Amino acid sequence: MGTAPERIIVTVLGKDRVGIIAGVASVLAEHNVNILDISQTILQEFLAMIMIADISQCTVDLNTLKERLAAKGRELGVRIDAQHEDVFLYMHRI
Amino acid sequence: MLTIQEILETIKMIQEENLDIRTITLGISLRDCTDPDPQRCCRKIYDKITRLAARLVQVGEEIEQEYGIPIVNKRIAVTPIALVAEGSEVEDYLLFAQTLEKAAQAVGVDFIGGFSALVHKGFTRGDRLLIESIPEALARTERVCASVNVATTKTGINMDAVAIMGHIVKETAALTADRQGIGAARLVVFANAPEDNPFMAGAFHGIGEPECAVNVGISGPGVVKRAIENMPPDADLGELAEKIKKMAFKITRMGELVGREAARRLGVSFGVVDISLAPTPAVGDSVAEILEAMGIERCGAPGTTAALALLNDAVKKGGAMASSYVGGLSGAFIPVSEDAGMVRAAAEGALSLEKLEAMTSVCSVGLDMIVIPGDTPAATVAAIIADEMAIGVINNKTTGVRIIPAPGKKPGDWVEFGGLLGRAPVMPVSRFSPAAFIARGGRIPAPIQSLGN
Repeated sequence: MGTAPERIIVTVLGKDRVGIIAGVASVLAEHNVNILDISQTILQEFLAMIMIADISQCTVDLNTLKERLAAKGRELGVRIDAQHEDVFLYMHRI
Repeated sequence: MLTIQEILETIKMIQEENLDIRTITLGISLRDCTDPDPQRCCRKIYDKITRLAARLVQVGEEIEQEYGIPIVNKRIAVTPIALVAEGSEVEDYLLFAQTLEKAAQAVGVDFIGGFSALVHKGFTRGDRLLIESIPEALARTERVCASVNVATTKTGINMDAVAIMGHIVKETAALTADRQGIGAARLVVFANAPEDNPFMAGAFHGIGEPECAVNVGISGPGVVKRAIENMPPDADLGELAEKIKKMAFKITRMGELVGREAARRLGVSFGVVDISLAPTPAVGDSVAEILEAMGIERCGAPGTTAALALLNDAVKKGGAMASSYVGGLSGAFIPVSEDAGMVRAAAEGALSLEKLEAMTSVCSVGLDMIVIPGDTPAATVAAIIADEMAIGVINNKTTGVRIIPAPGKKPGDWVEFGGLLGRAPVMPVSRFSPAAFIARGGRIPAPIQSLGN
């Protein structure tokens, strides 16, 4: 990943059900990604969860991690995205 | 710390509102490639482009993946070929166009701009050869884009060049008649052409530019449209402008991030962010629909020019705050065929060529991707170009004309280009002739700037 900062933001959007956090967390743990923060809101029956995670010790590259998370999302019936923190920081902070 | 609302806003802008980076364009100087032997010159050109742009597409895709922002196009712009080819002893520049095509193909970009000449004050031998080669060059390549700058505020309008370009546009369309004249969609005639414009077909790498630089073009009409729709229906126009400014800021930040990251990874300079709202044929990604969201029933109705002026200025204000290096054209694009809202307005008769011309006086680019009848005389095409050049020259701004006289088509017929170029109805053109005016030739003098009106 070169010299880029090492934090990603994982977002989970979809219908709430049992096991979503566990599912996401297990994918991250499998690849040695440390979860730094979690926040979530339930909008009616929909879940919007945001995780901030450190990928500096991640065992795979970001694209592979994104694919694994997306696959887990399909399994759980939710949409999981992972994006570099810079996108959000750059857009909203001067 | 970021808030949940901010994170969700970004995700929504990308996933639902078509926020993307329209293009990253690698500008490459070919000034060191001149050679009396045209073959050797072309080999130098090919080698330099493929060396410097070898990783462009890959780096673009990496950034797309990591940041989750689609980058629609990766492109190359080079030094105007008339300047590079002039040192070669050859009478036909088709060879150079084919070299650009091969290089573009080798590195995997869909367009390469810079088959260009700057003739606003007059022609050199190389300029003439390049212009004469344009129809053939565009007919026999698929990725090469050509542009000719025929006017500037400092020099006035080279009407000899304008008259020639009327013929060149027609000939280019005729040579690609089997594909509805699509060759002309890769040809722009400019006044005050910017040297760092990342948008095709008018992109070239100007002579004031560094060896190699990354320029970024943003997109984002969908995001602005949604923001306006979400405002209360009685929000006044000052509030609208304020909202657009904020959205433009966010979109431009994204462009700046992508541009700087691409430049860093490619090891070249970061040039500019072009803060143009650039539509795509996708529904919801339309500049016309922004104007309609403001309260214009159909784009082209009275009020359209004022609404566009507000939009354009607000985008510039927000964008200028977001990036210190703003350049290129930086204004809303109003191409007809590439914008679903413009196409609908033209088909319904709300939008005419004349209204489009008026709109170009308050935004960038000019008459763009407009299809006119195939039997429009060359002098009339030249006169349409001349009018648009006059708007640019007098108002000290960039304007361009990219117009397609579709062979065999009549007003009301449809032309389908496919992909980002979209589809459009053939628009009627005035039947009264400007031929005697165009035949006079010469140069319209530069305007006086101190007695403004």
